[in-house]
Order: sequence, then C-alpha cells, then structure tokens
Amino acid sequence: MSRQRSILLAVVLALIAIAIGIWLSYTIHWFPPEASVQAHNTDRLYHVLVIATIPIFVLVVTVILYSVWQFRMKPGEELKDGPPIHGNTRLEVIWTALPAILLLGMVGYSFVVLYENEKRPAREIDIGVTGQQFVWTYQYPPSVTGGAPINSYKLYLPEGESVDFSMRSKDVIHAFWIPAFRLQEDVVPGIVTHWRATPDRLGSYPVVCNLLCGVGHSLMRSTAHVVPEAQFRAWIKSQETTASTGAVGGNASGGASG
Amino acid sequence: MVAKFRAPGFYRASWTMVLGLAFAIAVTWLVRNFTGHATYAHYLNEDAVLTVALFSVPLAFLAGIGGFDYWFYWATGRPTRPEDHSGHGAHSWKDYFRINTDHKVIGIQYTVTSFFFLLVGGLIGMLMRAQLAQPGAQFVDANTYNGLFSVHASLLIFLFVIPVFAGLGNYVIPIMIGAPDMAFPRLNALSYWLLPIAGVMMLSSFLVPGGAFADGWTAYTPLATDAPLGQTFFSVAVQFAGASSIMTALNFLVTIITMRAPGMSFFRLPLLVWANFATSLLVVIATPFIAASQFFVLLDRALQFNFFNAGKGGDVLMYQHVFWFYSHPAVYIMMLPGFGIVSEIIAVKSRKPIFGYRMMAFSLLAIVGLGFTVWAHHMFTSGMAAWIRIPMAITTAIIAVPTGIKIFSWLATLWRGVLHLDTPMLFALGFLTTFTLGGISGVMLAMIPFDIHVSATYFIVAHIHYVLFGGSLMTIFAGVYYWFPKMTGRMYDERLGKWHFWSTFIFFNLTFGPMHVLGLQGMPRRVATYAAKFADLNLFISIASFALGLSTLIFVYNMVTSWRGGPHSVANPWRGMTLEWLVPSPPPIFNFDRVPTVVGGPYEYGVPGAVHGILAPAPSTVGAGSSMVRAPSP
Repeated sequence: MSRQRSILLAVVLALIAIAIGIWLSYTIHWFPPEASVQAHNTDRLYHVLVIATIPIFVLVVTVILYSVWQFRMKPGEELKDGPPIHGNTRLEVIWTALPAILLLGMVGYSFVVLYENEKRPAREIDIGVTGQQFVWTYQYPPSVTGGAPINSYKLYLPEGESVDFSMRSKDVIHAFWIPAFRLQEDVVPGIVTHWRATPDRLGSYPVVCNLLCGVGHSLMRSTAHVVPEAQFRAWIKSQETTASTGAVGGNASGGASG
Repeated sequence: MVAKFRAPGFYRASWTMVLGLAFAIAVTWLVRNFTGHATYAHYLNEDAVLTVALFSVPLAFLAGIGGFDYWFYWATGRPTRPEDHSGHGAHSWKDYFRINTDHKVIGIQYTVTSFFFLLVGGLIGMLMRAQLAQPGAQFVDANTYNGLFSVHASLLIFLFVIPVFAGLGNYVIPIMIGAPDMAFPRLNALSYWLLPIAGVMMLSSFLVPGGAFADGWTAYTPLATDAPLGQTFFSVAVQFAGASSIMTALNFLVTIITMRAPGMSFFRLPLLVWANFATSLLVVIATPFIAASQFFVLLDRALQFNFFNAGKGGDVLMYQHVFWFYSHPAVYIMMLPGFGIVSEIIAVKSRKPIFGYRMMAFSLLAIVGLGFTVWAHHMFTSGMAAWIRIPMAITTAIIAVPTGIKIFSWLATLWRGVLHLDTPMLFALGFLTTFTLGGISGVMLAMIPFDIHVSATYFIVAHIHYVLFGGSLMTIFAGVYYWFPKMTGRMYDERLGKWHFWSTFIFFNLTFGPMHVLGLQGMPRRVATYAAKFADLNLFISIASFALGLSTLIFVYNMVTSWRGGPHSVANPWRGMTLEWLVPSPPPIFNFDRVPTVVGGPYEYGVPGAVHGILAPAPSTVGAGSSMVRAPSP
C-alpha cells in the first residue's frame, strides 16, 4: 500500500472514530436529571467540550496507531535509522497557535455560561443552609415565609423561582451540592458562601455533602424537593406550626457564629 | 562489640534513638512543668511527647547511622576522615542499608524504596476498592476507610512518584552529563535517608489511638487541626519528605549547572536532564509552601495558634491557598521528569532525533513559569473571592499549550521512524494515549461551570489517576525497563515485560475510565459508602482494580528474577547516543575512566557519522558551556 493510500485510510478511519465518539457522547447517559436552568447550560457546555476534544484525542491515537502500523521495525531493519528530521518551524507554530486559540475559545464560552448561571435575576428568594457534622438544616427567613422564620431538616423549593442559598458552617468545611442542579460550593466556617439556582423540574433530588467532613461524611445526605409554588406555600404553612414548638433548634438566621 | 555501637550504622542508631525519645520526654516535661501544666497533675502528655519525638527520634536515627558524621567532625574541629572513596560502590546487598555517597547506589536505594511504597500504597488502594465493591459497610469502618485513602494518596505522592523520579534521575543524570557523581554526595545520602523515615511515619500512624490521619492528603483545616493524633504523623512526615526533595533538587541544580562535561552546553543536554532541571526549579521554589502549611497546622494543633480557627480570627481558606501553591506545582514535579524519560525513549526507539528539541526544552520552562499561576483552580468551589476564578481559568487553559507542544512533538518524532516496539516503547506509547486523556479531562476541569459540578467527585479521581497513573507511572515503568540493563548489568525478560504492559494498560483503563461517569452522575469522592444506584459500576471498577493490582506482580517477578539471573547486558543494548550508554553496564565507580567530551547533540539518529560524546580528554580549545570536570568531591 502506498504512503498516500495508507494515510487516506487512516484519515477515513479517524473520521469514523470521531463520528462514533460524538455519537457515543450523546447516547451515553452521563448526567443525573437536569433539574435547573443552570443544569441545561452546564450540560450544553459539557457536550461542546466533548465534541471539541474528541478530534484531538482521535488525532493523537491515530498518529500512534498509524506509526505502529507503518513504521514499526521490520525484520532486517535492526540497524536502520530513521531520517534525521530535527523539526519544522511552520508545523511547530501551527500546533502552538491552534490549540491556544481553541483553548481560549473554550474558556471564553465557559465564561459566558458562568455569567449566565450566576447573574442575579430580578426576583429571587433567599434560603439559608447550615452544615454541621453530619446534617444539613435549612432556614427560611421571614421574607420567604411571610411570617416567623422556619428552620427545617427538609429542603422544599418552588419550581421556576430563583433561589439564593446562603451557606454557613457550624464546625468544619462541608460542600453543599445538588448534582441535579450541577451546582455546589463549600460551606466554610467563618464566612457565608452562596450559590443560586432556578429549579425547573418537579421531583426530589439528592443533596450531597461533597467535602470530606469527618467519619459521617459519606452519610451526610439530604433531599431537595422541587414542588409547584402552591404546594411550597402549603408546606411553609404546615411548618410554621411545628417551628414554633422548636422542631430543630437554632434560628432562621443560621446557627453558625460568624 | 563496643566498636560496633560506636561506628555509624544501625547498632549505633538503636541507642541514639532511645536518646532521642528521652530528649522528647525531657523537653515536654520541662516545658509543661514551667508553663503551668503542673496544675493539671500530669507533666507528661503522650500527645506532646510524641509530637516532639516525631522530630527528635528520626534526627537521632540519622545521627546514629552516620548521616551527620562528617559535619559534626568538621564543626567540632576534629580531623575529618580523609576521603578514601570507601563510601562508593556497593559490594553486597548490605551496602544498600547504610549511608552511601555513591549516586548510583543512592539511585537504586531511592528506586527500590519507592517501589516498596508503591506496592504498599497499591495494596491500600485495593483494600479501598474491596470496601467500595458494594454500597454499605464491607470491611472497615468509616474512620479506617478515611485513613486508608489518606495514606494511599500520601504514600503514592510523597513516597513514590516524587522520589522514584529523584531516584532514576540520581542514577542517570550524573552519567548523562559526564560527571563522576553528584555535586554534594553527602547531602545526597542524607536526602535519601529522610525518605524511609517519612514513609514509616505515615504507615505507623495506623497504630496510634484514633487511627491514621483521615483528612485526605490535602488535610484541609479545620478538620485536620481538630483531628486525632494520627494527623501529626502526616504533618511531620511531610516535613521529612519535603526536606528530602528540596535537598535532592538543590543537588540536581548545582550538578547540572556546574558539573557538565566539556562541550556539554545546555542545548546539548538530553531532555531528561532538562526535565529534571525544570522539576528541581519547581521543587526548590514550591516545596517550602507545603512545609509552611503543615507547620501552621502543627502549631494550631500543639500550641493553639489558631491560624485556621475561624472562631478566633483564623482564616480557613488561607490554608488552601498555601497548600495548593505547592500542590499544584507538585503535579508538574510528578510529571516533568516523566516527560524527560519519554523523550529519551521515543527518540532512541524511533531511531530519529527528537522533533523540535529547543521547543521541547522551552516548553518545560514555560510549564515551570505557568505552573505557579494556576493553583486556585483547585478552589473554584471553595468559597474564595469569585473573581480569582477568571484569571486562574485562563492560565489553566493556557498551560495546556506547552504540554500539547510536547505531545505533538513526540508524535512527529514517531513519524517515519523505525519503531522498536519493546517494553519501554510500549509504555511510552501507552503513556501518550492515557496522558492525552488525562490532559483533556484537565482542560475540561478548567471550565468553571463544569468544574463546579464535578469538583471533588469521582471525575476528579479519574482525572488524577489518568495523569499520575496513566501519566507518571507509565513513564516510570518505561524508565525502569529502559535503564534496567544499565543499572543492574542484566537484561529483563522482554516477554514478561510485554505481558506487564498490556495487562497494566487494559486494566488501568477499565479501572479508572468508568470513574469519569460515576463523577458526572453525582458520586462524591472520599466516601466509605455510596448511593445504591452507583453499585454496578463500582463493582466493575473493583474487579478491574484487583486485576490491575495483580498485573504488578508480573513486574515484580520480572525485576527480581532478571536482576538475580537475567542474561548479562552489553554496555549499549539500545544503541543510544547519550553518555550513559558509552560506559559499561553497570558503570564503574566513578562512571568514566576517561573524561568524556561532548561534541554534538544527544539525538542525532540517522545523521551519518554523528556522535554525541567521546571518551577522550577535551581538547584545550573546547569552549561554550563547558565546565571543569572535577575529581570526585569529598
């Protein structure tokens, strides 16, 4: 097989591999359910990244396999050397500049997604999150309840409403992560951290502590219930009665000392 | 008999260590007594004694085996022993168990010790996979499990990847640059003996009350400052391992700068030497930061300094910044020497000059510079000021460019070569594929919104194992096979080597590939149990990981039997050009019987009549970049 024909074959196989890779990236069930506006953006970013990087990986593997196929030492070549090629400035400029452009493009797009995900909406509700070894509690301030603040082990969120979580820790660092929202941030003693999400899919989703916080870390889980606005109001009502009897100690402004 | 206890060695160390312990007891007793602890009616507190003893006993051990003898003699004005080179060379296996100033002996000490800790760390990893095969408690409780993954990571980072590169470099670099030894042979010996101390300390933390340190190798505060006694073992062991790497890095820098053979200009250095030069710069600049971070933790723990106690005005995030200012460059400390090894092997096994030699060298330096500007990408979800994420994401994306240059240059070196697909080459090619994957997932992690989802999940576990196992360990295996004939004078078994490669390559991917999916689906790392929906993939991973562990036995068997009874190797089995292949296998005590002179580049394969070095004295006219070849310094 001539050099041209073998290269052509390799290129065709590489293109097929790229197509299969991209097809697989859409068929494989990568993520938990997309339950927030931010999750749609982040998943789209992921797919763009995968599609942009599959050709690079295929290129590297193709060159390796092609070299192994075409350039491996044949019997009788034990003492043969390859051609003394020391470099090629044009090629080196290309493989410095092109990846740089591609990378800056990707990181630029990621900033767009970041801005979209984090921008403050016109209206949002505030919910406090307190992490302590090894439970989560949630604080609903008067601005949300319309009455007395509520402190609960349960996290209920109204569908379609942007929520800003204000997170405090009573002891060590935790991380408040809702995989279905694709969002998390550490909960750090001494400071208040935030993230915001707009849940847009009804259902119950795991809340996971995602930073090692001691022996009970792997069991520090909770559930986020995304419910229709009316049901959210009804739940708040039902809590107000239990809250007054002090179901969970602490108060709505968060138990952590600042 | 008395002489035995006075001469440097393990006999003397046995009583100096007792003295070290007595010192720790005396100091804590005195300090606690005079600072008011008498009221507590216990002058002696085992935590306090142990904290001091973790420093004093190892130092006493080093004094006992003779690590400081020369300097003690010199400082006290006693006649120092005349240099009779008795510390050079190894004549029996016992010579590997004493202070030895020969860089070749030290290189083997380093390498074998590191591989011992690889096996221990790997076994711990398999225990973890046994625990994770099914959700729910399996073998160990959560505290022990947290200890297992913390010790696994710490051993493999501080006692395997970093020192094994120092070991291979120790053996090869002086010969490659045409020097008789390292610049500071006694410092070299001392830096080796700090290593087993750090390793034993990390392992023995399993024996103390409260169990081994269990806060991950990152030891985030305030969890680490409030943790049981085992955490102190981590903080102190890191000091010993860190001191060892700084000493070796200084030694490499001075050796490479001042002891090159005549004619060996910087741009005639083999890329392995360039890589270790770059790595050593990273080590000497960055390592003090992790030392500092662990001293802060020690002071918090032992003396209530409250650096990281938010309730007392401490700053929790400060720890992470100082820690990652070392620990991100550490990623390159664990990778650049591997780049060097792969450059050597791909050039020799493709029978072609390395493509774009100067860009290969410059890209190493670019990585050194950029490596210090990306640390906070480990903290995108830490709660630090939000703006820091933006510049760090840009630099993190850009640092992939020099790495990409290296990968493309290796590919171009393969092109039209005559590929010898033996074991070192297979590992080098395996490295290229797995490391590319690890690099790609690294670039994805630079994208902040994506990182926010997968940060601290199994996606990260997959990424770092693609970089450190698929990357570093593949290059280490490649390097060990490549220089095995030089170091031992014998050939390894090629058939077993290939078996080792294929089993490692396949089971590596089966073990760590599915972890990407687990992370994306929402499985956190560092958990002793997990949600039931992750059970199937975890069982698959555990089975693959046991096969991966078993594949290492092929390697161990091959190394041990080949070292004992393999066929003798010729001086230059690979037809390599660099200087280490010009001398016999294994090399004579001072490497070169005649002073070598370097007359050309290191990879002139295919250039008719090209030579890199000749074993002849330099003509007096040799100029640029050359330096004196000194007699072995005392």
